[in-house]
Amino acid sequence: MSAPATSSVSLWRERLLGTPFTAFVTVVLALAIAWVAVPLIRWALIDATFRGTTRADCTAGGACWVFIRARFGQFMYGFYPADQRWRPDLAGIAFVLGIASVVLAPQRLKLSLGLAMLIILPLLGIWLIGGGFGLRPVETRDWGGLMLTLFISIYASLIAIPLGILFALGRQSELRIVRLVSVIFIEFWRGVPIIAVIFLASLLLPLIMPGGIDIDRLARAVIGLGLVIAAYMAEAVRGGLQALPKGQREAATALGLTYWKATGLIVLPQALRISLPAMTNEFIALIKNTTLVLVVSILDLLGIAQASLADPNWVGMNMEAYAFSGAIYWLICFGLSRWSRSLEKRRRL
Amino acid sequence: MKIRTLVAAAALASVGSLAQAQQLAPSPTLDAVKARGHLECGVHLGLPGFSFANDKGEWTGLDVDYCRALAAAIFGDASKVKYTPTSVQQRWPILQSGQVDVLARNSTITFSRNATLGLNFQGINFYEGQTFIVRKSTGVKEAEGLDGASVCVAAGSTEEKNAADWFRERNLKVTITNFQKNDDAIAAYDAGRCDAYTAGVGALAGQRIKLKAPDDHIILTKPISNDPQGPVTRWGDERWQLIVRWVLNGTIAAEMLGVTSKNVDEMKASSKNSEVRRLLGAEGGFGEMMGLPNDWMFKAIKQVGNYGESYERTVGMASPLKLERGQNQLWVKGGLLFTPPFQ
Repeated sequence: MSAPATSSVSLWRERLLGTPFTAFVTVVLALAIAWVAVPLIRWALIDATFRGTTRADCTAGGACWVFIRARFGQFMYGFYPADQRWRPDLAGIAFVLGIASVVLAPQRLKLSLGLAMLIILPLLGIWLIGGGFGLRPVETRDWGGLMLTLFISIYASLIAIPLGILFALGRQSELRIVRLVSVIFIEFWRGVPIIAVIFLASLLLPLIMPGGIDIDRLARAVIGLGLVIAAYMAEAVRGGLQALPKGQREAATALGLTYWKATGLIVLPQALRISLPAMTNEFIALIKNTTLVLVVSILDLLGIAQASLADPNWVGMNMEAYAFSGAIYWLICFGLSRWSRSLEKRRRL
Repeated sequence: MKIRTLVAAAALASVGSLAQAQQLAPSPTLDAVKARGHLECGVHLGLPGFSFANDKGEWTGLDVDYCRALAAAIFGDASKVKYTPTSVQQRWPILQSGQVDVLARNSTITFSRNATLGLNFQGINFYEGQTFIVRKSTGVKEAEGLDGASVCVAAGSTEEKNAADWFRERNLKVTITNFQKNDDAIAAYDAGRCDAYTAGVGALAGQRIKLKAPDDHIILTKPISNDPQGPVTRWGDERWQLIVRWVLNGTIAAEMLGVTSKNVDEMKASSKNSEVRRLLGAEGGFGEMMGLPNDWMFKAIKQVGNYGESYERTVGMASPLKLERGQNQLWVKGGLLFTPPFQ
């Protein structure tokens, strides 16, 4: 046995059982965890049924994961045609590779590559998933599940982040009219409940729009969500801008940089770094807020989980449906928050 | 003489066809449906037996079957329909704004909805009503037999009020036990804390499957409230309303006349009953009068089945819900399901 291991064991013993009081707290907490975890593990793993095709196969008394197996395709893709599901997969891979290429690119190429990806990737994604131009068109009503949750989150934030940065800068602008417009935008969208925005976008718009003009239901929801989150993002970025000493911009101006150059090269890189945690926070909130589109019957991951419960063959599988979709949401959000932490750490160094 | 007769006959024929052309009022909805190539049907987001997506992602259920029958009547193909699942808040606006052609979403027909929403209800495809679920062993057959029993309900729900009023009016001593949520109430019923639980017939059928021993429970067929449900259309476009109404009537008439998806070919070819022949388009030209092919109901019955077949397959004995016909039985067999004649 090596020395460091022993020392870490003794360190943990010191931490957990050092004094009678810490020992007491440790025991109480351990009991509390066991009290929750043991039945949970029994239900989810030990007594659970993993194999089979119908609910009749679930006889063990625990979770019936057969339900998730039977519906896995729907949980991931909604009603997207089974033989076309490689398309959203490919879009996802393209996004990951695109972002990775920007992260790994040499410093001098980063900006231009990043901007190119920002334009190419969203268009590529819409083409791959939606079809047209050689691909079989798939209507948005057939999109669903995890794929749709990610689609809404990514595209709403593609609207929200640039708009948010613009309005945050606008709010600090010396031009009164720009400042006014920014304040009105931010305060309006921040003051309206997201659910109300989704309702208005999906129910009121078609009623007041002149006949014949029909904006896609999903697009309306994404734009509505994007605008609300833009207001939140603007406030997150404003935090970063305000934390930045005034001298930074003054020095940049003194060096002869124009407003946009000073903003792009000096102010924003520092401000965004400061506001990264807050922006990640908004993005995680956005992922969870996508579930609100359920009120207008767009079936994201949670929506499809709920809709599945209406199948008489699977009625009553509430625990399985919510545990499974909850776990996926948690994995995504936890992963994101870890990623943003590592990003922060790297940038600080 | 002969020529004159011929001329007269031709004149008569042209007058006849003119009259028929005039009878065929314009139907922008039907035209739009035909141009689009499919029917747009608003359905429930997920209601066991009535409208839900199965493991393969296909919409199924009693309401969905109605949409399929309508599509078959228009296109001769029951698959030419697309579904828009709607939440309870969306259902009226989505129909009012023209995003769907018809709404088949277990919506209760009421005076105020009919009078104020700009919508028309085109008949009844399910007689819903509040009723009770009890253990078979109690031997209770109707709500009157619950005297002295206890009923689990969610506090403050419409069901609680309805049940309390109903028992009070009849001087029945029934203990109402309140719970915070419906799920708690049904769990308490399942655990034996009450003799009965109350909800709508359709909802109870869905909840019965969740009980520990579903077969030990019976849903009382005679409800204590009246919540009929059926397909809904917008005001205006009378010809479209006619089509929506008579396709529903046709599925009921088919059951009444003994026409099923299995015997429909034979019935059309050899039935001597003239109502059957008119229904299936063998005589009378009924489809044409609405601007549909004459084999409209033939195709609908052949591909979807009559009302009874739909019922058994989606909510009835052949489905996991195992709901008896109850009020949704034909009027000649003691139910309320009725259609005017095809004459």
